[in-house]
Amino acid sequence: MSDGNAKMVSLTVDGVSVTVPAGTPVIQAAERAGVVVPHYCYHPGIPSRPAQCRMCLVEIEGQPKLQPSCVMAVQDEMVVHTQMESEEVRDAQQAVIEFLLLNHPLDCPICDAAGQCMLQDYAYETGQLETRLVDAKLVMGRDRIADDILYFADRCIICTRCVRFMDDIAGENSLIVAQRGHKAYIDTFPGKDLDHPFRGNIVDVCPVGALVHEDFVFKARAWDMDTAPGVCGGCSQGCNIDVNVKENQVVRVKPRYNADVNGYWMCDEGRRHLVMANRGLRADVPMIRRDGELEPVTWAEALEWVAERLPAGQGGVARVTASESNESLHTFTELLGVLGIDGGTFAVRRGESAKLPGFPQLELREERVPNGAGARLLGFTEQDALPSPGGGTLVVLADPLLDADPSYGADADFFLYLGSQISAAARNATAILPIAGAGEADGTYVNVENRVQRFHQAMQPPGVARPAWMVVNRLLRQLDGERLPVRDVRAAFAAVSAAVPEFASLSWQSLGLKGATLGSGAPAESGAR
Amino acid sequence: MGFPHSHDLEVGTILSRHFGDASARRLETWVGMGGYEGLKKAVGMEAPEITAVVKDSGLRGRGGAGFPTGLKWSFMPQEPNGPHYLCCNADESEPGAFKDREILRWVPHLLIEGCLIAARAIRAQHVYVYVRGEYFPYTKILNDAVVEAYEAGYIGSDILGSGWDCELTVHIGAGAYIAGEETGLMSSLVGGRAEPRVKPPFPAQSGVFGRPTTVNNVETLAAVPMILTEGADWYRQWGTEKSPGTKLWCCSGHLERPGTYELPLGVPLKDIIYDVCGGVRAGRKLKAVIPGGSSTALLTADELDCPSTYEGLQEAGSSLGTASPIVMDENTNMVAVIRRTAEFYAHESCGQCVQCREGTAWVAKILHRIETGGGRLKDIDILYDLCEQLTGRTICVLADSVVFPLRSSLDKFRADYEALINGGAR
Repeated sequence: MSDGNAKMVSLTVDGVSVTVPAGTPVIQAAERAGVVVPHYCYHPGIPSRPAQCRMCLVEIEGQPKLQPSCVMAVQDEMVVHTQMESEEVRDAQQAVIEFLLLNHPLDCPICDAAGQCMLQDYAYETGQLETRLVDAKLVMGRDRIADDILYFADRCIICTRCVRFMDDIAGENSLIVAQRGHKAYIDTFPGKDLDHPFRGNIVDVCPVGALVHEDFVFKARAWDMDTAPGVCGGCSQGCNIDVNVKENQVVRVKPRYNADVNGYWMCDEGRRHLVMANRGLRADVPMIRRDGELEPVTWAEALEWVAERLPAGQGGVARVTASESNESLHTFTELLGVLGIDGGTFAVRRGESAKLPGFPQLELREERVPNGAGARLLGFTEQDALPSPGGGTLVVLADPLLDADPSYGADADFFLYLGSQISAAARNATAILPIAGAGEADGTYVNVENRVQRFHQAMQPPGVARPAWMVVNRLLRQLDGERLPVRDVRAAFAAVSAAVPEFASLSWQSLGLKGATLGSGAPAESGAR
Repeated sequence: MGFPHSHDLEVGTILSRHFGDASARRLETWVGMGGYEGLKKAVGMEAPEITAVVKDSGLRGRGGAGFPTGLKWSFMPQEPNGPHYLCCNADESEPGAFKDREILRWVPHLLIEGCLIAARAIRAQHVYVYVRGEYFPYTKILNDAVVEAYEAGYIGSDILGSGWDCELTVHIGAGAYIAGEETGLMSSLVGGRAEPRVKPPFPAQSGVFGRPTTVNNVETLAAVPMILTEGADWYRQWGTEKSPGTKLWCCSGHLERPGTYELPLGVPLKDIIYDVCGGVRAGRKLKAVIPGGSSTALLTADELDCPSTYEGLQEAGSSLGTASPIVMDENTNMVAVIRRTAEFYAHESCGQCVQCREGTAWVAKILHRIETGGGRLKDIDILYDLCEQLTGRTICVLADSVVFPLRSSLDKFRADYEALINGGAR
């Protein structure tokens, strides 16, 4: 449909004229005209359209019956009346809602979808206050449909989005509709487990509370969560995500639509990444080594103490992680310049890749770090083994040294540790400067396709920890009073684009929330495909 | 039931001539009776010629909708760029209908011949006969006939030395009413759930295995061989302008002589019931007739003086459907009848469309409550409202199928409902 040569068709939706490519379904044309036609089984990311929920019926002049707008293709001079104008359409939609609620348990107060439920929303919109059913409701119960996904059959409206996600996108027929009629329910295909690495998307496509991640069950009410736009740190794909946070804890991660990166989808490993990334003992206050012991101090004291003792120009070794933002890594290279250290290394964890046949540009990539491309661009090299400081200087940025020998760094003459976790090796540091962990800072990553993408802070870092680019800049200012302050992440990114040619044409603003390709100079295409 | 009883109406027995004669099942006997003459003629004709004859005959689909058969065939692509398929719909699942069963049971070769002629007309290389699972004994009869026909060169490669190839496969369904709907049938045939789908694309554009397909009823196809041998005008000597030919009537219920009768279209419905079938049993009065199978509107005793044609029954406010009148006597409680009918459709709803999935079951619940003494007058209004919601808003017409008998019973036998509501359970 994005074919520029496609024939264009003009039609009227509720009196508003729109021109769309031939073949566009009426529901999408209506959206252009500013009307969202209620729907359940239709999902823009799932190709098959059974038109079975009958919620998106609209009146089309010249047609004897109401038509499902999700499959009805636009015609020239078509005149469409949606629920905004047509009493008959409103009547039909209200009836669908009444039918859907007949056997529904009305357990919104304990349902995890409440507040983000299309059944709840439309039920309120159509405004029927009471059921006319006086007979017993059909009770179906609850089932575990995958290791980590629960299925509440009573809430299910049999829209089959989940079944069709597995068929069309995951390319695996592992879900089915079992039984038929009002006894129909969703089940796994006999003899097949639902263990696909992208299965979590069935929860996202569920328009009601029928499919729920077990990790999320009873965790948070929709209205109690804050949401920040992020980029998944699980691999080099860089899926766009929404991070749902309640009381400074990540309770859920959902894919955020980006046609060029991940569409509507993300993998299950990515969903767990943020929760896994920040576990462990967190660094929350600056610490300096006095009389052989690490002692907590204020930022002012720590920075002054470190600046005084920093062995400038004497060389040494540096270690970073490719999970840090471009802003932090770049600022860190400036510190390395002061120290006379020539580059640093980072490790890349690798795993098996997993593909999504129905959306081939999305893959769980082998490289399980989000910013390998950025780290390489900024002059760091990949090396599994930790660098040996000998008796010289060791500077570590963000690598938690979890797998390092507990004595690592003890032999260094000066060991500066900028990290978010206090591991055994980190305790050998001369000074510890606490930095923000995953999801706790703003910044950018460069993904596997050289796309620069912004992510935003979702949570507060513990204690007085600060984003690494901020900490390093403060330290650099401590060393050089003339240095201008970097007040926010925009300025930090501007510093990167000023110093690194590949970033030259990009700005924090121009990246937007969809990102842009390195060297492109303009935000990449982000329209729907 | 099933054998034609003698009756005094003038009949053209095209389909039922050999009903009751088991020897007609054998190929040898069948050929002696004039079998496969139509096919012999067809292999010498081009596809459009065959279609033209059937078009001229005015033959209409016998599966319920009455769509003109020749016209349906002409929708198939005229210049094939791949396989075409013919599906013979032998999933006779409408309650009250047992006419196709008689064809499968007594004259399987007539059906095979009709399938092959139709296949030639639509340029199909493969015929699938989709038989409902419950017709197991008749499937065996059909299968035996298919084996004979293959051996004799009526099916397979180089049919009758013409160089034309066509295969025929008998497929046994798993017992779902909705597999009788053509898109549901095709989905079931290729291994999916028997779920109707939105049209377009129509089967002639994309059907079995995504290829152009025509779906025809057993009785429709069985009428084709004689039309081809005897000609369109010969066929038109029976019936009316809009409903030519003869039709099998499978009559059941409270009748003296229930059974399957072949009659020219146009015989007044009351004559079928009172003369052919001998009227209501035990001298009782007739209360109601569901004329075309359970999904058609009820007619009262006063409404039976109408011609038994597609247009005649439509004018009377019902439908010819599968021509399967179910006759009910004065002792029948209409609420029980409709409750049972609604339960059937609720059970058979595939569950895709919300209205049908939830609505049919709700109708059944309400009717059950009324029948057992828990009814309220308000329920009648709710039932009327549900009739509105279940009409014309779903992918297929299963939901509409509940509405026709339900609405007509509410209109015509409201007293039955009110008696139960006011007087408690029967």
